[in-house]
Formats: sequence, C-alpha cells, structure tokens
Amino acid sequence: MAVSVKNSELIYKSLKKCGVKIVSALPETWLVHLIRFSEEDPDMQLVRLAKEEEGVGISAGAHFAGLKSAMLMQNHGFLASVNGIVSLAQLYRIPLLMIISYRGEMGETDPWQTEGGLRTESTLKALDIPYDIIDSSESVEKKINKAAVLSESSERPVALLITRDLMVE
Amino acid sequence: MKRIDALKRIYKLLDSKLIITNMGAVAAELYSLGHKKNFFYLEHSMGLASSVGLGIALSKPDINVIVLDGDGSVLMNLGTFSTIARYNPKNLTHIIFDNESLLSVGGFPTATSTGTNLKNIALSSGIKFAYETKDIDEFESLFEKNINIDNASVIVSKVEAKGPEKFTMDLGLIENKIEFKRHINSLKEN
Repeated sequence: MAVSVKNSELIYKSLKKCGVKIVSALPETWLVHLIRFSEEDPDMQLVRLAKEEEGVGISAGAHFAGLKSAMLMQNHGFLASVNGIVSLAQLYRIPLLMIISYRGEMGETDPWQTEGGLRTESTLKALDIPYDIIDSSESVEKKINKAAVLSESSERPVALLITRDLMVE
Repeated sequence: MKRIDALKRIYKLLDSKLIITNMGAVAAELYSLGHKKNFFYLEHSMGLASSVGLGIALSKPDINVIVLDGDGSVLMNLGTFSTIARYNPKNLTHIIFDNESLLSVGGFPTATSTGTNLKNIALSSGIKFAYETKDIDEFESLFEKNINIDNASVIVSKVEAKGPEKFTMDLGLIENKIEFKRHINSLKEN
C-alpha cells in the first residue's frame, strides 16, 4: 500500500486555489503527504494538534482574523470533535472546511477502523453537515471548490470524505 | 484574590488587544465591567477558548491576544498547552483563573483542588513562561510583563470560588461574533 502523492498534490493545490492559508492537522496514514506539503509551503501555516477538536478553535480564530482555513483529519478525529463542531462552529456560524479520510469503508483491512467507518456518514447527517465523497481524481478540484464556497456562504461546517480509491495506490 | 478584582486591575490594559474568554463567570464578570468590541465570550465548547486564541494569534502576529480561561475548561483540553508551546506565538497570553471549582454549574471541585497543578503542566508541556500567583499585585505585574515578552505565556491566578450575582448578558452570541470579527478586520497591520 502506498498513499497517492499525485492525488494528495491535487487536493493540496485545490485547497490553495480556494485561498486556504491555515491548515490544522493530526497525522493519519492517508494524510501524510498533505501534511508534508503544508509544512514545506512557506505560504501555509500548519498547526499540528494534540486532538482534532482544537482545530475547530484554530479555524474559528482564523475566521475572526479574516483567513481561510481547512482541517485535515481522520473520521475518528471528526467523531472526537463533535462538541466543538456543534457548540462552536455551528453555534457561532463559523465556516469549517473539513477534509476527512474515510477509514473503515469498503476495502478496510484494519478492524479498529470499522466501527467509526460505519457511523461517519450517519453522524454527518445527524449533525446536518453537508458532505460529499471524493473517490476519483477527476472530481477533486471541483468538489473542494464547491465545499469551500458553501462553507463560506453558509458560515457552517462542510465535510469532504476522501476515500481509499482516491488516496491509496 | 477575587477574579472580579483581578479583572478590574487589568481592564484598562485590554483596549489594544483581542480578548477571548471562556464561558460562565469570567465572561459575565468581564462583561459587567463594560463590554467592548474587542471582547469575544466563548459561551460553550469548554476548553477551546485557548485554541481560538491560538488561531487568532497565528493569523494576526502583530496583535496581542489575551485568553481569559478557567481551570475547569483548561482541564478539558490539556493538549492546548502542547500545541501552543509548539508554535510559541509571542503575542499570546493565556490567563487561567483557577478557583478549583466548576463554579458556574454548582461549585463541583475540579482536579486542581486535589493536587493537579496547571502551571507545572504548562511548563512540562513546553510553555517557556508559566506562573502561578495568589497575590493580586503580583498578578497585575505578571500580566503587564508577560504581554510584552517574545514568547507565549501562561499565568495561573488562584482565585476565590465566588462568581457574579448574575450570569446574564445583553449580547447575542452571533452579534458578539460579528462585532468582534468586524473589529479585527478594521485593525491596521503593523
């Protein structure tokens, strides 16, 4: 298994095109290149977190200061961030662009990812978070741009689930 | 030391800075001294006031950001010290009013009443400048000194478990956010 550098690059360039200046992240296998690109880019502020929910606060602060941000996390990190998403981002109408690696879906080999995978989309629906699934390179730029536009115009969290088909070669 | 008296000591120094408070007593007491458009009261998501402060501090490196927090909130997000220490923004000062109690919900004792020491946790997390004080004069001088140093800092202010008579504020949450954001956008970069 290798994480796709090409598709990671495509995602990163799409985030840059949307004007993202701050990325918060916690390391995850599929996000390794995205985090590296963020770190190597002098025009990007990477914030490495201890827990994903902190990223909601970082994005809120960036929004107050007029900067666009994105959050890179695994779906279990999303599940761990629910209170911050509801009681900060939704309560105060903060745009969040959440790029979430969709572990535990079809083809998952790690048993520990499977329960979270099973509940990711139902949790997004329960929280009224608009989301889309990116499973091929052709739709990366368009879907990221549309998600960024909606999160800014609605001032709400929006999620993109990036899949095994997209991230693993 | 009472938190309201400590807030009175620093209130006049807050004008050119951006202030983020956690919910409950700190927010209500700062508001009672007179609301200003550079104050943002985070009325939920306990633990994230310092993360919001870090997000602003990294986005606006030339503006001083002061987080007014409580022991109960910080205990819910101890990783915040590690994250702040990693980036060490010189414009961020994290003040924690430690009354050893979840006062706003009935006064349940927190772990700082049974030996947890937030100043030591901050130092061990990599924050270079962290202090604890029970004395109001020392609190004021620590505040004045640390807002101007070239590092992030933490000041734990041990206060009595006494809150305001009322917690109500005549300020909508979204109203507060829009006003605060608009204020930041109106500031000129150095």
